[in-house]
Parts: sequence; C-alpha cells; structure tokens
Amino acid sequence: MTSEFRMPTLGPDMESGTLVAWQVKPGDTVKHGDIVAQVETDKGVIDVEIFAAGTVQKLLVEPGAHVPVGTVLAQLSGEEPTDVTSAVPERINEIEPARVAPAAALPTLPPAVQKRQKISPAARARAHALGIDISRVTGTGAGAVVTLEDINRLAVRSAPATARPSADQVHDMRRVIGKAMSRSKREIPHYYLSMDCCFSKARSWLEQHNSSASIEQRLLPSALLLKAVALAAHALPDFNGYYKDEAFVPSSDVHVGMAIAMRGGRLVAPAILNGDQKSLPAIMSELRDLATRVRAGHMRATELALSTITVTSLAEEGVGSLMPIIYPPQVAIVGFGSILEQPWVVGGAVCVAPVIAISLAADHRVTDGRAGARFLRHIHDALQAPEAL
Amino acid sequence: MNAAEPLARRITYRDALRDALREALLRDPNVFLMGEDIGRYGGCFAVTKGLLEEFGEARIRDAPLSESAFVGAGIGAALGGMRPIVEIMTVNFSLLALDQILNTAATLCHMSGGQCSVPLVIRMATGAGRQVGAQHSHSLEGWYSHIPGLRIVTPATIDDAAGMLKAALAYRDPVIMFEHMNLYNMQGELTAPAANVDIERAIVRRAGRDVSLITYGASLFKCLSAAEQLAASGVEAEVIDLRTLRPLDQQTVTESVQRTHRAIVVDEGWRSVGIAAEISARLMEHVFYELDAPVQRVCSVEVPVPYAKHMEEAALPQVAHIISAVEAMLAHDK
Repeated sequence: MTSEFRMPTLGPDMESGTLVAWQVKPGDTVKHGDIVAQVETDKGVIDVEIFAAGTVQKLLVEPGAHVPVGTVLAQLSGEEPTDVTSAVPERINEIEPARVAPAAALPTLPPAVQKRQKISPAARARAHALGIDISRVTGTGAGAVVTLEDINRLAVRSAPATARPSADQVHDMRRVIGKAMSRSKREIPHYYLSMDCCFSKARSWLEQHNSSASIEQRLLPSALLLKAVALAAHALPDFNGYYKDEAFVPSSDVHVGMAIAMRGGRLVAPAILNGDQKSLPAIMSELRDLATRVRAGHMRATELALSTITVTSLAEEGVGSLMPIIYPPQVAIVGFGSILEQPWVVGGAVCVAPVIAISLAADHRVTDGRAGARFLRHIHDALQAPEAL
Repeated sequence: MNAAEPLARRITYRDALRDALREALLRDPNVFLMGEDIGRYGGCFAVTKGLLEEFGEARIRDAPLSESAFVGAGIGAALGGMRPIVEIMTVNFSLLALDQILNTAATLCHMSGGQCSVPLVIRMATGAGRQVGAQHSHSLEGWYSHIPGLRIVTPATIDDAAGMLKAALAYRDPVIMFEHMNLYNMQGELTAPAANVDIERAIVRRAGRDVSLITYGASLFKCLSAAEQLAASGVEAEVIDLRTLRPLDQQTVTESVQRTHRAIVVDEGWRSVGIAAEISARLMEHVFYELDAPVQRVCSVEVPVPYAKHMEEAALPQVAHIISAVEAMLAHDK
C-alpha cells in the first residue's frame, strides 16, 4: 500500500511553499510525528511533521522548489502485514464453517459504543491539510466535537514565527496577543497570590548535580521550576485545563506552556508536553531544543497550541515578581521572578539566601484563594526537595 | 426604465398559474385542461376561473369524480398526441390515481422501448396548515419523487408558478407539479419572463456562509423568515429552493454545503423515508468530508396532521423550529 506526502497548509492563508530541505531519504522508515522536511512559507521556515507511517519510496520534489499546497512531495509505502501469504488461506478457513454458532458459543463482542474523539469530517480534513495532530485538539463544538472552528482557531494560534519578522507579522502577533489578553481581562475574574521561596536547597542541589554532569547534561533552575509547576498541576487538577461553555474541563495531561519572548516584540508559549512525567534532564533538553527552535523560527504547530497551563518568567530581566495574565481558555498562569540574594530568616537569625518570588494568577470561576495557596505551596515544597523532582 | 419593467406587476400565485395555463391554451391547440370542478366552478382553488368561458367545454373539461378515470384519460390523450394538463384537486385524492400514474404514465416510455412517451402534466395542490384535517393535509411529494419516469416540480415563487408550466410542457415525459395550498393567495411581483424559468436546477434564494437550509415549496418562506431572524444575531443561513424534487439538482446542494459545511433539510413531509432523508443520504455520499456537523431534518411530526389549530401548528415545521435547529448546530464554546 502506498501513500503520498503532500505540501501541507501551514497557515490559513498559505497557498504554496518552498521545500527547503528533506530530513529523510528514500528507504528511511518514518512514523507518525517524525519531522520529514523543512518548508519555507511567508511565515518562516517550519519543520513539517508527517502523520503516516511507512517507508519513504521516492522524493518527488527537489529542495528549493516552490510548489502549491497539496502537491505530492514524496511517496511512501505503508506498513505491510508481516506474513501475507500465510494470512490469506487462514482467513478463508475461518469463514468456511457456515453454520450459525449458538448464541451461547458466541465470543463476547466488544461494546459497540467506545469512547472515541468526536471530530467533524471537515475538521479532520482541515487538520490533515494543516498537519495538525487532531488527537491533541480539544473540541469546543456541541458535545465536545472538534469542529472546523477549533482547527481554524488552532491554525491561527499556532501560526509559525519567522527568524526575521516583518513589521506586518509583528503587528499581527501583537494583535493576536492583544485579542487574547483583552478577552482574558474581560472575561476571567483573576485573583493573584504570591509566595517567596528560598532557593538555597535547590541551588545547592543544582550545583552538586552540575559539577558531575557533562555540559549538555547540566540543569538550569528553569527545569526545576517547570517540573515543580507540572507536578503541582498534576496534583491539583483544578488549575490544569480549559474553561469553556461556562464550565471548567480539567485536562488529564499536563502540558506546561513556556512564555518565550522573541526578537521584534513577539511572544510565543510552546508547551513541554506531559512535563509531570518527564525527568529533569529530559525537560532541560526539551527547553534547550525549544529555545533554539523558537529563535530559528522552527516550531511545530502541535506544541504551540496544547498548553494546559502557562509559566512565565522575567528572571533574566531582574524583575522581583510579576502578576501575569491568564492565557484563555486556560485557568492559571505561574510567574517566576529573578532569584535574588535577600535577607532570609532561618532559625531566628537573619541570613542572606537566594529567594525567588512565585506568583499565581488563577481563574476565580474555577478556584479560590485557598486552593491557589495550596497550589503555590505545592510548588514551594517541591523546590525544597529538589532531589525528588 | 429597463426591459424588465413591464413584467414587474403585482399578482397572486394563483393568477400566475392561471396566466400560464391561458398562455399554454393560446399557444398550442393540442393543450386542454381536465379535472374535477375546473370548468363551471372555476377550480377548487379558483386557478381555472374564467377559462371555461374563454376556451369552451372542449378544452376545459369537467371530469367525473374518478381520479383514476380522468388521469387515465389524460394519459391516453397524451399518447394520442394531445398535451393534456390534468388537475387533481389535492395530493390527498391523487392516491386514487396512483395506479395510472405509477404503472402507466411513468412506465410506458420505458416498456415501449421509447416508442410511447406520455407528455402529460398533472397539477395538484399539496400541504397542510389550513385546518382541513388529517385526510386533506398530506405532503406526499416525496412518494412521487421515488418513481423513476416522473419529473416532480414544486413552484414556490410567483415566477416559478408563472414559468414552470411552460417548461413542463416542453418535456415528453410526465411532469407532476405540486402547488402548496398556502401559496395560492400569496402576492408578489412577476420578475422573470417564463422563458427564463427552467425545471432543471435548484436555486439559492438567499446566500449565507454558516448553514445551508435546503427546502422547497411553502417551507421556503419559513426558511427565509428564519434566515432573516438569524441574521439579526449574526448567523448567515443560505437558503436553497430545490424546485425540482426529481431529478434532484445535486450540484447546487453540494456547492452550497461546500461553502457552509452544515446542512438542515426543511420539509413539510413526515420525517422518515422522505425527501429530507434522501437529501441527507446524498449529502453523506457527496460531501461527507465537507460536513462540520451531522445533517439535520426539520420535518413534520410523525402523526396524522391534527385538526386543532394549535396542534396542527405544533406538528408542522415552523420558523422557530428552524431557528432552534440552526442554533443547536452552531452551538460552540467560545
């Protein structure tokens, strides 16, 4: 069985794109989610994922070629059954006894109604064209159906960034951010809490860990902070999910979005997927990878639109604490200030310790201050036991 | 001043039909009318009023109360080279002529290897909403649309009432024209010359981007009214008048749903196994991958149409039902 890999639509307005480079060659085996090519559009160079599995048979388009959306770029052969010849006669033998088995002898049939994501045919087709992994999209149509509107909204939100943004693109992004933030401030009754957290244990642990680690394996505080938030979101699910249709829908997965400022006044918040289940080195390497790709403008549509909670930090700017704005339809955002040397009381004596201010902005429709305090406490306590992270 | 100006006169749907009949009688000496009470009485719905005086008994023929007999006579006349236009008072009584229509009119061309065509036009009133009880309120266009060999047309507008008869007379096969009872008194302006009216294509009566309301006959106006009200809340419904139920113009419907990705069929017939079911099945076949929501049907409740006014209203598709269906289909978390 062969299938075709086509030039995807990587934005709602995209009509054509330039194939910059292939990441695969004939004979390579690819699976769902693999990056197979880089494509340049008017929005920048984007890593294109494939959503089929198989073996690359033939590359039909040379790097540098500018082709319309939908053009077949490569041919793939699908996964073949392991032993075709023996499978066929066996099937026939199975069918031969034509008598109807007595009801008691019938095997238990699986239930006809299985929990299955509801996706409209049009939404499925559009997601496929845009290269969006639909299994990660939350449906907002009646009955939680994923509709065209959901896909289109995602396509707008995840419009990829370029390394060299034009004035128009910056303007567009400001407009998108402006719209989301205005909606947030208009609709979400925010409440804000802040908690100072002594970072000395975490710092000592990091120093110790890094002293014996190779450069690539060294950890930065941000990995700890992100993991602590992911664990808190897992433990207190009322802060992790989406508020829609007048109700909060918690997410079973924890995808922590990292607000990353880009050159030219732009801001994106790609997610570390399932951060609560990842080790610190894994999170660190994803953070490095993200930072590199964000700067180069190589972001995957999926990771830009799936955050269930967001983390923002202005540590590098020397900001003590910050009161962030929730990114709708999420219900919480955590802010980290700079780690500053401050007077800190330990056992009745004042000493100097590294202190970080952790702040939380959360949706009062979903939680209240007490729950928020528990959430902050959870992060705080996690940072006091870094070895357990 | 433009060329269309003389056409723009205000008439009723009934007048438009009568003018079309008159013109057909004047144009072709082989055309004659036949039916119950169409001569002296002027027609059950007064469509043929005055024609007996103008054209005489040979061409405006009052028939005995036997639908089977006079429809059969019409088929015979058509086979013999005449162009009969037979009026059956209402679709309710047409069941008495069903054998003639289904077994004779619809089959002869096929069974004679194309030697005997039956160029017969049958007009009949259809529909409910006038408190005439269960036996006189049927909408059976869907039944007739099931039959190969027939062409089923449903003029909803003044222009179509005026022009569809001429188009029907141009066919060599039997055409059944369904006129909804509630439309006869409708007033409007005649805007299209009869020569421009076809019975081939459905038509978009109102353009919209959010949902396609697919309908025909008197339900067209309920859909237009619903679309008007929906527009006030920012929802743009596209309204399609099918016009010809057999053969259906799939292209117009397909193109509309490709634009809107949502479809609701509005039909005064009973919900099950009707025109709405057929349209819905065709949408599955043709535009499944364009659909953003399951196709919905707004049809009559499956009971004999009640006599009591409030119950009759509750049983038939109403503007409010259409609006609710659209709103439910568009419901979305923001």
